[in-house]
Amino acid sequence: MSLRRTPLHALHRELGGRLVPFAGWEMPVQFGGVVSEHMAVRRQAGLFDVSHMGELRVSGPEALPLLQRLTPNDVSRLVPGRAQYSALTTDSGGFVDDIIVYRRGEESFLVVTNAANTARDLAWIRERGGTAAECVEDLSDETALLALQGPRAQAILQTLTDLDLTTVRYYRFAEGEVAGVPGTVARMGYTGEDGFEIMVPADRAEELARRLLEAGSPEGLVPTGLGARDTLRLEAKMALHGNDIDEDHSVEEADLGWIVKPDKGEFIGRDVLVAQRENGVTRKLVGFELRDRGVPRHGYPIVVNGEPFGEVTSGGHAPFLKKSLGLAYLPADACEPGQAFEVVIRGRPVPAEVAPTPFYVRPGKKKKKKKRAAAAAV
Amino acid sequence: MTPDDLYYSKEHEWLRLEADGSATIGITDHAQQELGDIVYVELPDPDTALEADEVMGSVESVKAVSEIFCPVAGTVTEVNGSLEDAPEVVNSDPYGDGWLIRLRLDDPGSVAATMLSAGDYDKHVASEE
Repeated sequence: MSLRRTPLHALHRELGGRLVPFAGWEMPVQFGGVVSEHMAVRRQAGLFDVSHMGELRVSGPEALPLLQRLTPNDVSRLVPGRAQYSALTTDSGGFVDDIIVYRRGEESFLVVTNAANTARDLAWIRERGGTAAECVEDLSDETALLALQGPRAQAILQTLTDLDLTTVRYYRFAEGEVAGVPGTVARMGYTGEDGFEIMVPADRAEELARRLLEAGSPEGLVPTGLGARDTLRLEAKMALHGNDIDEDHSVEEADLGWIVKPDKGEFIGRDVLVAQRENGVTRKLVGFELRDRGVPRHGYPIVVNGEPFGEVTSGGHAPFLKKSLGLAYLPADACEPGQAFEVVIRGRPVPAEVAPTPFYVRPGKKKKKKKRAAAAAV
Repeated sequence: MTPDDLYYSKEHEWLRLEADGSATIGITDHAQQELGDIVYVELPDPDTALEADEVMGSVESVKAVSEIFCPVAGTVTEVNGSLEDAPEVVNSDPYGDGWLIRLRLDDPGSVAATMLSAGDYDKHVASEE
């Protein structure tokens, strides 16, 4: 099967990107190097092509009830211009995919999906949505998505748009022109930094990317690849579908219970997720830090109290924090920060310890206090 | 680019024959480029006896882990301890300060007999791409 290419493929080549297969796409894993790109996003800004992600338009009178049935978060709480992190859940509360739902109007929504899952998500929505799924339209081929991330992102983007970006707060979006290209500008990202995701017509994406790079390079903006995207999201403890979250692990187990709003009414997986919230889960996704030298990687076995317990779901060397970090599901009674366990690295058990997450919190952003007590009371 | 006073393996290690008959071993510039940013180097203990083509350690980059093979048989006399705190030197100076181990060779004659010249190594790299 030949690899799919984004509208920025030629630009990636021109910029010296190292292109690799990813989820059926040919994508740049790096340009200048993963570490330098990672540091650029933490200190200035980086521009990611995430056009491989899927975009589904959901519109009409059936749109809201359909999304309410398919997702655990409460879509009715979204007012137009706001977006929410959510999921397509299975009957057992697992993840078909994790998604972002944008509300553009009373009956107009946009769902952004993971590249590897877009086709499967559509099939799932059609299977479980019945005739209501006719209001879903796949816009992925005609849509490009760029992520401008880093502390300089707003300053760079503001030079190219009349939209007042200060009014576009976290998980809100505005529609307008950027460098003359019509699109949707949302403040969100997958890096732990401030930044924007910009959705534009595929045939205007290269033009926009060039203008952004040109405007941003004096500010330190560099093109960034999927390698840095992965190390950045790991430092921020953002889950990667296929690694940290999947159909076999529930939303509650993934420590993402805050997207579950049972009081909104029925949705797929609700019973299981409500029961897990009331009775607790047997395992939970936690962050950990290696206590000895080595690099924990996806798939490495984990040993808790002398017993094997699953595998590292994500792991690596964190370039900014300069630590070896990872994520893993641990027994619910062994999830407190400081809990010791071992990661088996090529046959050698290496001591590790549960760490507070997110590992990285950008300067000026307060760590969120967990609202579990309040949520459980609902 | 590839220094012509060194010997090379198909697994992208280089070996320098020193005047005292020992050998210094590292990974090639091509190898470090392919790996990307190196964050951790695992090396054998001194006095370890290694067979030819035996795994002697690993180099981990942000992206991947890669095993290092000892190209010829011998006994480790010294390892580059400075890489513990500065593994990135393997990226910046693979043929110099980024060396990995020194080896007392079982049979110095095996080096020329089994390893590649710079020219042959370059051809090998080209054939892999």
